[in-house]
This record gives sequence, C-alpha cells and structure tokens, in this order.
Amino acid sequence: MFYREAGQFKTSYASDQAIFPIVQDRIGIAVILFVAFVVIPATGNDFLINAMMIPFMIFSLAAIGLNLLTGYTGLLSLGTGAFMGVGAYACYKLTTIFPGVNIIVWVVASGFFAAAVGVVFGLPSLRIKGFYLAIATLAAQFFLEWCFIRIAWLYNYNISGAIEVPQRELFGIIVTGPRATAETRYYIVLAIVVAMTWFASNLVHGRIGRMWMAVRDMDIAAELMGIRLLPTKLLAFAVSSFYCGVAGALMVFLWYGGAEASVFNINQSFTILFMIIIGGLGSLLGSFLGAALIFILPILLRFVPEWMGLHMHAATVEHVTFMTVGVLIIFFLIVEPAGLARLWQIGKQKLRVWPFPY
Amino acid sequence: MDLLYNIVIDPFVQMAQAPDLLAQTLWEGLVAGMLYALIALGFVLIFKASGVFNFAQGIMVVFAALTLVGLHDAGVPAFLALGLAILVMFVLAFTVERVVLRPLVNQPDIILFMATFGITYFLIGLGELVFGGDPKVMVTADLYLPKGAITYHALGGIVQLQKLDIAAAIIASLMVAGLAVFFSKTRIGRALRAVADSHSAALSVGISLEQIWVIVWFAAGLVALVTGIFWGARSDVSFALEVIALKALPVLILGGFTSIPGAIVGGLIIGIGEKLAEFYWGPLVGGGTDAWFAYVIALVFLLFRPQGLFGERIIERI
Repeated sequence: MFYREAGQFKTSYASDQAIFPIVQDRIGIAVILFVAFVVIPATGNDFLINAMMIPFMIFSLAAIGLNLLTGYTGLLSLGTGAFMGVGAYACYKLTTIFPGVNIIVWVVASGFFAAAVGVVFGLPSLRIKGFYLAIATLAAQFFLEWCFIRIAWLYNYNISGAIEVPQRELFGIIVTGPRATAETRYYIVLAIVVAMTWFASNLVHGRIGRMWMAVRDMDIAAELMGIRLLPTKLLAFAVSSFYCGVAGALMVFLWYGGAEASVFNINQSFTILFMIIIGGLGSLLGSFLGAALIFILPILLRFVPEWMGLHMHAATVEHVTFMTVGVLIIFFLIVEPAGLARLWQIGKQKLRVWPFPY
Repeated sequence: MDLLYNIVIDPFVQMAQAPDLLAQTLWEGLVAGMLYALIALGFVLIFKASGVFNFAQGIMVVFAALTLVGLHDAGVPAFLALGLAILVMFVLAFTVERVVLRPLVNQPDIILFMATFGITYFLIGLGELVFGGDPKVMVTADLYLPKGAITYHALGGIVQLQKLDIAAAIIASLMVAGLAVFFSKTRIGRALRAVADSHSAALSVGISLEQIWVIVWFAAGLVALVTGIFWGARSDVSFALEVIALKALPVLILGGFTSIPGAIVGGLIIGIGEKLAEFYWGPLVGGGTDAWFAYVIALVFLLFRPQGLFGERIIERI
C-alpha cells in the first residue's frame, strides 16, 4: 500500500533505466540526502559528526569498493587495507610534492595509484579463484604493508615513520590538518561518497556491472558468451581498488589526520570484509548498512554496561565487546546469510502488500 | 652490475664459505616450517571433512596453549592441566558443531568462512577475559620437555640444535603418523574419508555428519594444542601468534587444500625458503622479508600449479 509500483508507467527508455524508477524510492533518497546534508550538520554535535558519521561514510566507501570486487564480480580479496594504504600514501606524497594543487584533486587522483597497484595484484585472478585468490591478495596485503614501513621515501623520511596531514585550504576554507572543523570535513567526505556511490550505482546497473555479475555467477559460461575474462576481472580490481584508495586517502586526510602503516593492516581488510558480508554481498545499500552495523555496534556496546548500571573494568568491557561481536556475526549469518540488504527487500515486500498478508 | 652480483652470486658465495651458518639456517627453517605444517594440518583436517575454511585454527592454537598455561598458573598440576585443556578443546568442538555448523549447513563457503571469523573474535575475547591479555611463559619442565641445546662442532664451525625442537619434531612426526593410521585403518577414519569425498553419499550409507564434524574439530583442536605447546615454548604464549598462524595459508596453497602430506611438505618448503631468503637476501632490501615472503612464493606458485603440489586436479564443468 505504501510502496506500490502500480500506476507508475515508464514511457521512455530514460525512465526505464533510471536508478530509482519508483516515486517512493525517490522520496526516500531525497529524505536521506536532506538528513545527511542539512539535519545532521545543523543538529549534530562534534562527537556525532567526527566519531560516527565521518568514519561511517569512509568505511561505506571502502565497503562499496570491496563489494564491487567480491559481491559483484565474485573475487574474494583480503587486501583491502593495503589498497586503502596505497591511496593514503599516494595522496600524502602528491600533496607534499605539489602543495599548490587542490587537495580534492589529489584525493581522487590517489585512487588511480591504488587502482594501478590493484591491477598488478589482480593478475593471478585469471587462473585462480575463491580462497586461493584470497591468499594471493594476502600477498598484496603483507607486501604493501612492508613497503609502507620500509620505504622511507613514502613518508618523507619522518623519524616517527608516520604520515602527518599538512594543512590545506579549499577556496579559503581550511579542509585538512588539525585546524579544519568537523563540519567542513564532513561535507567534503559526504560529497565524495555520494558522488562515488552514484557512479558505482550506474556502473553496476549498466553493461559493465552485468559483465561482472555474469563472471561471478559462472566464469566459464560468461567466457562462452563472449565476455573476455581477463579485462573484466582486472577492471573489477581496478575500480574496486580505486574506491578503496580514495577511502584510504579520506580516512587519513579527513578523519585521522595522520597515520602509521599499522592502520592499514590485515585487521582493516577483515573489518571491511565483515561489513559487506553482514550488509549483503552484491548490494550497494548493503555496503552502507554493513558499515553502520560493524562500525557503530562496538561503540554502542561499550556503553551498554554503564546503561545497565554495571561498573566493569575498561579492559573487561573490551573483551566482552569482542565476544559479543563474534557471537553477533555468527547470529546474523545464521538468521540472514544474505545480509541486511535482504532484510530491506523483505521489508519492501511487506510494505507493498500491507495491510494484507500477501 | 653490483646489484646483480649481490642478488645472484654473493649469497651463494656466503653459503659456500660458511657451511655451518647455512646448516644452522636450514635447521631453523625446518623447525619453523614444521610448526607452520602443524597449523596447516589443522586446516586440512577440517577442510577435508566439512569443506569449511577454518580461519579460527590460528586462534585455536593460542587458545589451547593459553588454557594449558592459565590452568597451570592457577595451581593445577601440569598433566592435569593438559588433560583439562584437551577437554576444553572437545567442548569447543562440540559447541562449534552445535551452534555454528549445524544451523549453517548447506550455506555457501564464504558464509561458513565468515562464521569462523565470528569464532575467532569470540575466542580472542574469551581467552583475554579468562586468562588476561599479557604474554605467558609456557610450562615446559613439568611436562618433561627437554631444555638446552646440543652443540656440534662440524662444517668448520658450530651448529646448535635445541633439544626442544628435536622433541617437537619427534612428537609432530608421531602425531602425523598416528593421524595417518587413524585415517586409513580405523572405522571412524574411513568414515571421515567418505565424508570428505561426498557429504550426501556418506549420509546415504548411514554416516552421521554431526558426529564426524565433532570428531574432526576435536582432532584439529588436539593438533592446535600440540602446536601451541611447542610454539609457546619457543616464544611466549600471546595473541601475537595469531598473525603467524596466517602463514599456514601459503603452506596450504603449496601443498593443496586437501592433502596431509602436502601440508607437511609445503610447511617445510615455506619455513626453509623464508629463513634462507631473510638471512641471505633480506639485508639487500632492509630486512623483514619474512612478513611477506611466504605469500609471494605462494602467489608465484599459484600461477603455475593452482591445485598445489599434492592437491586434486581442479576440473570445472558448466
């Protein structure tokens, strides 16, 4: 009743191929964008924006990147953290070598460096897949992490071995460095994430996305249908690494403000992988839902003992949080293996037929 | 030209000039490789029987060792603690089968793989909660594990073999031999192999999948305990072991996911290769190569022989 396509006629190819063909979807996305662009900056405090929304957006972007590779093309990757690192270090080098250029240009450009590295480590994907490929991407993870530590040129020979974000301005407003306000950084992250999500959505709904999905469902059959496997898989690696690279650059420049190589370690890769599995493989919406759940859940869990009036040691809370996250992962997998995105599908169907059961 | 000399010729000159160092490096590699092989063995056991890629194997090693040490520190006699640790591994296997595997039967591989991540997180939290997060010293003397080293004056120098490593090698070989006999001669072993071949065929001749899974996870738990004891005796028992346990993955690639001899040979190749590369070629790039060397070997190997040394040939049909 609330969500009904009946009566919404598509009279042109353009309307048939729209990303949101249904009025209710368009209203929904408009409300979400309104909340994100107007309500949250207007009402939210620094904690909400700085510690929740900015990281949530950045993790969503990285999750979209991995989802394009793992969810849409079916290539399991455990090297996400390293590809994010390539983006961050590339952005740092570029902005220190050419300080005059707009920082946003370099954030986006650093994605291309990550894409190039991703293509190199994606080469084995033609011959191997599944867990074998996952281990091949582990090689990328550990090798690149080693490079971030050992190649001093990458962090400009800092004694600390860390990269520190210099202050950069955009049209007279400070956007990076310690003096940038949370709102400014939030708007930039939000704008980039929205634009790149829109691009990804077009990508997966078009010819390229269908090629990826054909390869995922059965690569031999896809090859027989005339899809060239190597370019398709490498393109998936390139686009995925591009997204991860931009996410990594955003993470260091607009959230952390500085980072060591250990930020991009294997646990980061696993975290992003959790997000897309819990959120839903092969779903852009799922990337956002998964990022929200996996990132925000541990933060909320830490507050639970206090709400319940229990006074526990900080370390104990940490351990219990770990256990709870583990249990919840298993619980979600058992209850809904297809991810949170599937729950939304079910909910939509319920809205469609309400108040009737079917 | 100098660079080429340093890469291609100089390491071999060094090897020839100091054969004692070479022998020592080889031995170190062999011992490290054996421990990788033991972890990989745990992976293979579970993968063969249930098709689950058990990421939690590494943390099971830590958890088993931690249980043993934690109980011993609490005043339990060493052998009783060992028995209790074995019991804990059995309870773990039983719980995993009941709570995780059974509800997730017939799900895609990646879902089961993620579920073992959940187990990993849970065990990390539980281990730290119960036994504390700080590194612990493994009980060795009370378990009658030998200490000290045997020193040989050979090859124009000194070669030192730790007695503990020799004991580890002997016990590991005994365990592998025991597993081999168990797999080929006993009734349960044959059932295990039947399940590995085909789940549905095994079910149709009356083999209980649930029982087999408990048994196989318990066997992997025992292997984890043995690995944990020897690894813990070489360094400390701490959660840092978990990252090292990831090294078992390239070992699996080399050996093939379903082959027990493959896991052992793969482990030894990786262990020796890694130590040689770090000792002779590592200084050229600033050291620390053992963090990624194993994975790069596996990557190169995959390009030429995707099914591993002993794995079954991968056949794909439409």
